[in-house]
Order: sequence, then structure tokens, then C-alpha cells
Amino acid sequence: MNKVLVCAGTSGISAGALEVADAFAREIENRSLKGWSLVRTGDRGLFRDVLVDIVTENSGRVSYQYIREQDVAEIVQSHLIEGKPVEKLLAGEDYRDFFSGQKRVVLENCGEIDPENLGEYTARGGYRALEKSLRQPPEDIIETVKSSGLKGRGGAGFPAGVKWEFARSAGGDEKYIICNADEGDPGAFMDRSILEGDPHSVLEGMTIAGYAAGASRGYIYCRAEYPLAIEKLEKAIKDARGEKFLGEDILGSGFSFDITVKEGAGAFVCGEETALIASVEGGRGMPVSRPPFPAQEGLRGKPTVINNAETLACVRHVIARGPGWFSSIGVEGSRGTKVFALAGKVRNTGLVEVPMGTTLRELVFGPGGGMEERNSPIKGVQIGGPSGGCLPESLLDTPIDYSSITATGAIMGSGGMVVMDTRTCMVDVARFFLEFTVAESCGKCVPCRIGLKRMLEVLTDITEGRGRMEHLEFLERISSTVKSSALCGLGNTAPNPVATTLKYFRQEYVTHIKEKKCPSGVCLKLIEFVVVDEKCKKCGKCYGVCPAGAVSWEKGGYASIDREKCIKCRACINACPFSAIE
Amino acid sequence: MNKNPDIDLTPAREAVESRGRRRSSLIPILQDIQKIYGYVPRPAAEMVAEELSIFPAEVYGTLTFYAQFRLEPRGRHIIKVCQGTACHVMGGKDILDYLSGRLGITTGGTTSDGLFSLERVACLGCCGIAPVVVVDEKFFGHVTVQKIESIIESYRQGASGE
Ligand SMILES: Cc1cc2nc3c(=O)[nH]c(=O)nc-3n(C[C@H](O)[C@H](O)[C@H](O)COP(=O)(O)O)c2cc1C
Ligand code: FES
Repeated sequence: MNKVLVCAGTSGISAGALEVADAFAREIENRSLKGWSLVRTGDRGLFRDVLVDIVTENSGRVSYQYIREQDVAEIVQSHLIEGKPVEKLLAGEDYRDFFSGQKRVVLENCGEIDPENLGEYTARGGYRALEKSLRQPPEDIIETVKSSGLKGRGGAGFPAGVKWEFARSAGGDEKYIICNADEGDPGAFMDRSILEGDPHSVLEGMTIAGYAAGASRGYIYCRAEYPLAIEKLEKAIKDARGEKFLGEDILGSGFSFDITVKEGAGAFVCGEETALIASVEGGRGMPVSRPPFPAQEGLRGKPTVINNAETLACVRHVIARGPGWFSSIGVEGSRGTKVFALAGKVRNTGLVEVPMGTTLRELVFGPGGGMEERNSPIKGVQIGGPSGGCLPESLLDTPIDYSSITATGAIMGSGGMVVMDTRTCMVDVARFFLEFTVAESCGKCVPCRIGLKRMLEVLTDITEGRGRMEHLEFLERISSTVKSSALCGLGNTAPNPVATTLKYFRQEYVTHIKEKKCPSGVCLKLIEFVVVDEKCKKCGKCYGVCPAGAVSWEKGGYASIDREKCIKCRACINACPFSAIE
Repeated sequence: MNKNPDIDLTPAREAVESRGRRRSSLIPILQDIQKIYGYVPRPAAEMVAEELSIFPAEVYGTLTFYAQFRLEPRGRHIIKVCQGTACHVMGGKDILDYLSGRLGITTGGTTSDGLFSLERVACLGCCGIAPVVVVDEKFFGHVTVQKIESIIESYRQGASGE
């Protein structure tokens, strides 16, 4: 069977994938083409608007990028009917670099199968790990997962098998598995793509976890902003029940386990385990201090295993291919692969899965394809989102494993990674993350509620020209206090973006304070927009785009900007073909 | 407590019925109610408290804790501006500030003609087209100030053409 694969996850759909898929369906139907099937897959991971792959039995696989509805007829005529790929629409070298630099284990099915089709999942080995597990005693499964070295992908990196063992050995007959798919890091979407593109892999991992830990109920706590993921999950759960992979007496083994989706309601702190439990129980998602750990006393007071969605998606590979295979990937202390949401000023943005131990540089210049603007130097990489840190160019050779990343003052985090160039202001980035954590702090403990707020005030002062040198020491002192005294992980890690930028990009803070300047041209209060006459070619483009009427220009003359009227929206800077506005 | 006579609570009661009168159903019930009315009307929240035998303050505590819930009706079109990391680095803040100035409302507000509400969201999962703005369900990528103007204009015209 020949196939047309259209990437139609959230990112594909935002670029028009459904229209493209419908157009293919129409063309195939209208021309009565036989032997072709159309598959709407999840996102493959690379952002190139709509991606389409044509897979034929004879000539293998050909990839197209930036496909629009109006291109479809040509592809069908030339490629599907005449067998000649449409050269001008083909994906290029970037595309190959992006995929060849990865090791796709967790993402193996994303962009390959129809997530709503259970048959496609089982055809690629799906649910075989569950079958295999059910033939072994639960203790053996725990041993297997422990020896594979699989650690939690949600941020903290706790060994998954050990957590399951805690829950198993805790007393009581009622236990729960919760899949954490809250994904609150504002720059991350790994879990979403897995849930959208391969929902059964998470269900399978949860069911195995349930069997190992002795639980009979599972919940998936999914971020409310992920309607498509929730829809795919609901469908997958229904289908899995139909085939006895879920529900009563799974595959005739006598083991019963069922899964319910719980929609989050938009609170970052609910990604924290105890807050998540409070939220599932129906109240405000406020964390409580641990111990007791959820594995001992969790949901409704019962032992509860909470694992991240990506962690659970790894499980079937550990079981099916064996712990030795899994631990052969990666490095000591960090086994397997990790998925990152790569964004910012790189050429190829999207989801990248690499073996643990890959260096930041290899990731950015391999699958990432290097900087977006070839000559623009890389200034740093932010890893771990609001709990993580900004690392400078000099640390790019740091391998991505739990201990090496932690040693720099950042954290592995759940997988957000943003590449920054000289147009990114580090003080602004620190302020951005802090603004986020201040807004998301639940307000229960003083260090987080007040400490972070004070830090944000000081950072705002610095970005608006009121900074003083003693502010730097003040920031460092509060950072370490909040870090050590906050109640939960939110406060414990929230100072990281500030602490790391202060450590690695201190000069930028000093310039903001002493010279009242933002070297990257980001902090609005510290910049004035002026036209440089030497560079101005009198084209008037800036005059045309200014929404505030602040630019004056007459044909044949230089443009100039009225500071009083200027709202600093940057429209003129972006419009100027000669970089004449600074 | 003043009961608002204009609101028909029947569908809200049905939501309570179908989710069950359990404390753990509180959030799903409120989510259903918001889907029905577009926001959570005060009488509906009070009804839920009564049905679940909890204090209205507990319901309000939950409503105000989560970013998803709205206590006021929203505009006809919801403009969401992504404030995720990638969008921030690509200028998402400028876009939000500009929109807020242009519409004369702050984040979370609704224009006096009831046409637009302005909201911020974190990462919509399409960072490759950052900065991103979503109006209702429609995505706009690589947004600039000029694009914003034409987007707003097209929705204004849609409204006056009806
Ligand atoms: C403020 C905060 C937010 C968190 N958000 C998430 C999240 O969105 N997803 C996630 O899997 N873990 C999140 N975590 C980590 C979880 O608390 C927990 O460690 C994790 O879900 C355990 O699963 P794992 O061992 O498989 O990583 C968060 C922690 C904190 C403190
Ligand atoms: S940060 Fe805006 S889409 Fe990801």
C-alpha cells in the first residue's frame, strides 16, 4: 500500500494541515486512485508549516515541506500518478540534518502513524510490552525498570523503578498511577506531541506501571490548553478497552486497570506532585510538604505513583527491547534518550530526541541546524524553562545528563530549550521567567510569595534604568534564601534563571545599571529609536508602517522619528531593509 | 445573595447531575459550566456550592486559583497572545503591549463594544511560527504590528457586516 502522510498535530493544524489533508482526500477520490491511503499523523517534530511524506512501495519515502492546499493537485498529478516528485516543494538538507542527528525512541511513532488507529500502533509492536509484562511477576518488572536506569523525565530525575517499588511495598489494596501531562513550562510541548501523535504508548506505559505497582486505577492529568491531546487520549482509551488492553481482566491475565483523563485548569504549580493531587481531588492546587511522598500517601491518602508522560512512554521500550538495550543508550547516571523542545534563534525549531550525554553544542548545531542567521553568534542556551538556567557559549560542550547540567546551576528540566543570540537580553529573559513564576506562585509560603516578588521588582528596576549596583548582591542573597527555604519545587527552582544569568552574564546587568543601556536593544525604557542618516536610503518604508504617526518622511528625504509620539513597537526596525534604525 | 433571574441554570444543573455530587467533581463541573455560558455566572457557582454541600467560598477559592476560569462574560472574539518563551524571545511582549494599547484594555479585559477579549497564554506548541496570536480558533504566525492591524480590522468588518 502506498501512503500519503500529512503531519496534523497542533503545529501542523495551525499551519493548515487539515485543509491539505482534505485536498489530498478529494484528489485521490476524484481521480479514483487505487492503492493509496491517506494518513493524518501527529506532528513529526520539525516546524516547516505543513509537512507531507509520500511513501511508495517501489521508491521509498519522499518528504515535502511548506505544503499548501493549492500545491496538492500538482503533487498528486506529478508524484502519485506519474511517479515524478515535485522538486521545488521537496524538503531540503536542513530537513535531513534535523532527523539524521536524532535518535528517535519515544518519538518513533510520531508523524508515522495515525494516532487514532490502534491497529497501526500494534502493527509497529504496540502492546507487546504489556503482554510480555503480564506474563511475569510484578517484582520482575520493577527489577527490569530499575536495572534499565530509567529516570523521571518530568524534571527531578528520580529512578522510575524505585518509585514503583515504594508504591508496591506500601500497604493497602487501593493504589493509583497518575500520568503528569500538565506540561507547564511555557516553552515546552514534548508531552503534548507524544499524547497527540502516539497516545497508546503512554497508556501502555501506565498500564505496565499499574501492574508493577499493584494499582488498578490511573489518571492522566492533562493541561486544559491541549484539547487535541485530550481528544486523542479519549479515543485511544476507548479503543484500548475494546481490545482488552485496558479495563477488566486485561488480555485474560486477571489484572484489571482503567484510565480516566482529568483536565487541568491552568496552574503551573499543579505540575508539582502534591499540588496535582490536591487539584485532582477538586480543590485549589496547593502543594504540601513532603514526606510523606505520594508513593506512600498520595491521592485520597493512598499510595500513588506520579510519572511524567515521557517517562511512561519510555517504559514499553525498556520492557520490549530489554533493560540492556535501554541502558546502552546514554551515559552513566543518565540512560536512554531525552526529548527537547528546541526553539529560539536556531534554524530548525521543533522536537528533538537525542541520546543522553549529547552536548548542547551537538544538539544546537546538529539537529538544530545552527543559528537562524548564519553570522549571528550564539550567546547562550536556556534549558529547563522557569526552573532552569541560561548557559553561556563557553559551556556549550556540557553533556546533557542530569549531573553535568545540575553542576552548571541549571537543571535538566522537562525539556524546554531556547537558543539565544546577541539580540536577546539576558536580564530581560531572567525577568520574563520570574514574571511567570511570580504569577504562578500559589502564595502559600513566604519565601516564594514575597521573595520572588521582591526579586521581580528589583529586576524591573534594572530593566527600566533605576538599577543600582547593590541590587546584584541583593538578588544573589534572596536567590539563595528562596532556593533553600521555599515549600515546593516551584520556589526552590524559580531563582535559577536569575542566579545563572547573574553568574554567566553579569556584565549585561552592569551595563544596564551603570550605563543605563540595553546592549541587545530589548529593554524598551533604555532605548530610543532614531534613524541613522548615513544608513537611511530614504525609501519611506518606516513611514508606511508606523502605526503611531511618529515617523515623518517626504519623498527624497531622510526619515525621522518623533520621540514623543513613538510607542516603541519596533514596526519601523523590522520594516527597514537597511538596518538604519537603532 | 442576589440571584440573577436572567440566567437559566438548567444546563448547569445537568452538568452537576452528570458529573456526580462529589467534591472531586468540582473542577470538571465548573469546566462544563464555563463551556455552557462562556464564563462561570455567580448564581451557577452558588448553585454548585449548594449541590455539593460546600461553602461558596470554597467554590470561589477554586475558581480564582485557576487561570482557566472567568467570572465575567467575554467578548465575541477572544484574542490570545502567546507569551511562551519562544514567542517572548521573538517579540511576543511587544505584540501584547501593542494590542492592549490599541484595544484600550488590559490582559483579561473586554472591549466596551463586547467585540474582543484579550488574553495571554503560555506556549501554544507552534513556536516555529513565533510570535503567535490566536483569534478564537484561528492561528496567526510570525505576527507583526502591521499584521495585527489587518487582523483586528478584518474582525471589525466581519462584525459590522452582520
Ligand atoms: C512547579 C513544578 C511544576 C512541575 N511541572 C511538571 C510538569 O508539568 N510535568 C511533569 O511531568 N512534571 C512536573 N513537575 C515535576 C513533578 O512534580 C514530578 O517530579 C514528576 O511528574 C514525576 O515524574 P517523573 O519521575 O516521571 O519525572 C513539576 C514540579 C514542580 C515543582
Ligand atoms: S512559545 Fe509561543 S508557541 Fe511556543
